[in-house]
Amino acid sequence: MAKMYHKEKSIQIKSSASALYNNLSVLRIAPRCLTYFTVVHANVVNMVSASWDGLNYSHRQLQSKEGNVATSSSLIMQAAWCVLPSRDLLVLTSQKGIQMYESDGSIMVYWHALETPETPTAQAVFARGIAAVREKYICVGVSSGSVLVFDVPSKGSNITLSEVLEEHTEAITDMASECSGSMECIADLVSADDSGLLCVWKSGGDFQLLNKIPGFDTSCSSLKLWKGTVIAGYGTGQIRLYEGVTGILHAEVNAHARWIYSLDIAPFTGLLLSAAEDSLVRVWHLTITPETNSVEIEHLYNECVTDTQICGAKFCDGDGYAFAVTGYDLSEIIRYTQA
Amino acid sequence: MSTRTLPLLFINLGGEMLYILDQRLRAQNIPSDKAKKVMNDIITTMFNKKFLEELFKPQELYSKKALRTVFDRLAHASIMRLNQASMDKLYDLMTMAFKYQVLLCPRPKDILLVTFNHMDAIKDFVRDTPSILSQVDETYRQLIEIYTPLSGGEFQLIRQTLLIFFQDMHIRVSIFLKDKVQNSNGRFVLPTSGPVPYGTHTPGLIRMFSCNGEEVKRTQFRDGGNYTSALREGSFELFGDRVIKLGTNMYSVSRPVETHMSGTSKNSSQHTKVNTIPNPLAKEELNLLAKLMGGLEVQKPSNTDSGFRVNLFATDEEEEEALISRPEELSYEVINIQATKVRSEPVCPHHIVTFIYTVLFPLIA
Repeated sequence: MAKMYHKEKSIQIKSSASALYNNLSVLRIAPRCLTYFTVVHANVVNMVSASWDGLNYSHRQLQSKEGNVATSSSLIMQAAWCVLPSRDLLVLTSQKGIQMYESDGSIMVYWHALETPETPTAQAVFARGIAAVREKYICVGVSSGSVLVFDVPSKGSNITLSEVLEEHTEAITDMASECSGSMECIADLVSADDSGLLCVWKSGGDFQLLNKIPGFDTSCSSLKLWKGTVIAGYGTGQIRLYEGVTGILHAEVNAHARWIYSLDIAPFTGLLLSAAEDSLVRVWHLTITPETNSVEIEHLYNECVTDTQICGAKFCDGDGYAFAVTGYDLSEIIRYTQA
Repeated sequence: MSTRTLPLLFINLGGEMLYILDQRLRAQNIPSDKAKKVMNDIITTMFNKKFLEELFKPQELYSKKALRTVFDRLAHASIMRLNQASMDKLYDLMTMAFKYQVLLCPRPKDILLVTFNHMDAIKDFVRDTPSILSQVDETYRQLIEIYTPLSGGEFQLIRQTLLIFFQDMHIRVSIFLKDKVQNSNGRFVLPTSGPVPYGTHTPGLIRMFSCNGEEVKRTQFRDGGNYTSALREGSFELFGDRVIKLGTNMYSVSRPVETHMSGTSKNSSQHTKVNTIPNPLAKEELNLLAKLMGGLEVQKPSNTDSGFRVNLFATDEEEEEALISRPEELSYEVINIQATKVRSEPVCPHHIVTFIYTVLFPLIA
């Protein structure tokens, strides 16, 4: 049987990937035949721009901002591109706050400082979980459980904090916005935390809580929202598919033998990518029929990245034709393309 | 990231250090009364009340330099002496061993079980000395009190913080290479077989449900691994079967600590230091714990005859050779500090100043 994907040439990065959830972000820039990748290493974000012909690579490193006082270096929890209709922004979340850059990382357009106590407390302080919602919102999660909603103008740096959503009481792990492109979906955003609680939201001047899906005392580390279905990856290695608005459990998959670190969906084809500490990347196919309210998931493919705890896996295009993977202590982005 | 990482890092590294020293003391045929004194002195210092009080406070992880200095002083807390090369090698072994244990822990919470394995062994080293035993028991209680209520997600944050500390370390350790748990490029072998972590199901099953919760379809997929069901959960109490073997003593008479330094992997040139941004507080934090260590030095006998040197290598020549040929990027750059000097820092958090004046001065006097 022919393999579904084969390995391509890896992209070398300037420093190795840290063991953080969702530690790979990909931005496809079709007009310039380029793809950008970001990988977090401690207090630095490695950014690589790769031309589609495989001939040109350029690197950039972004550092976490210290804040006003030069105290200990601030570790970055996550870096992700937020794609809005009018602009793309690169968002970095760290122990000290949230930095937003123009998509090529050239200029920082916004900085939001988190409230950090003078002496460290038992509960760590950091921001984690990034999602672009509808036309103009960027939502970021915080270790306290708050979700910050930023209002982003179509250009310029006049970004404002428009709302703080307080439903979670545990640290936010990941957030996802509806990625099917359909305007019919009611739910716009889903947020997850360390207890596994999922909150489903509708965006607007005031975000509206549509549903709270309780966890089962296991951290939900990675999330996707597609055609109204929440796809959640857990520390136990399970993937669960819920209908966002009603909370109905559609499917439960004993997917991985270790903690899941990354999920991604190819919105045009319904391909799902899952990756975990168990060295495995798996490709699945989702079939969602809203009319009959049926959700099916089928396993398609496995790729084992030997001796590597995977921390990031993303499709490089909307069809799922190619995907990229990062692993703890690895200084490369491994790429796979459909055979 | 997590402010609860330092105690686990310190205790586990300390435990590995004791395993290695215990084995070397026996290999070098050090008289048992002297060997016992060394072990007791180090353990007493490790579990000193004031030191632990400071250690258990919520705080960010120390830099590699700062932590290395603390262990330098700990290793010299008694009549035993170590040359630079042996101390470097001791620290390499300690850190690679704990890195291995953190990476291979089935679930993040199992790091606590690894810690208890080290604690159980330490307790056994001092079973004949009630005064030290009570210090160790007190530490168990603190560990249980602080760590057992933490969630899986919080433990994962601790684990992620530790993995950042160990990032890019690929020193080859003979005993790991021999056991085939480490590859020749210095990276650890991650098996895709064996029991799944407690609380995880073996991969393979897909269940699909109707809108009213009934299971309507069940399929199996080939997971590519060879996993078995989880073992029972280890004990998080003062006593009990920990189940996990990580953190138990892997050295013994028949499996000695390696006697030659393995080279580094090619990737060591990408050894990116985490704390590249200058940290005015680093010297202060260095002083605090390291000072405490220095201030707790056990009385040394006036005649130097009872002191002795432990060698982590087979011969003195090997030790000297190792020092000369140690790669630049693996230098720990230990900071030499004076325990009695107190700098007046313009930027010095109030609680540290208070600590220095109320706790430290009486100790050093």
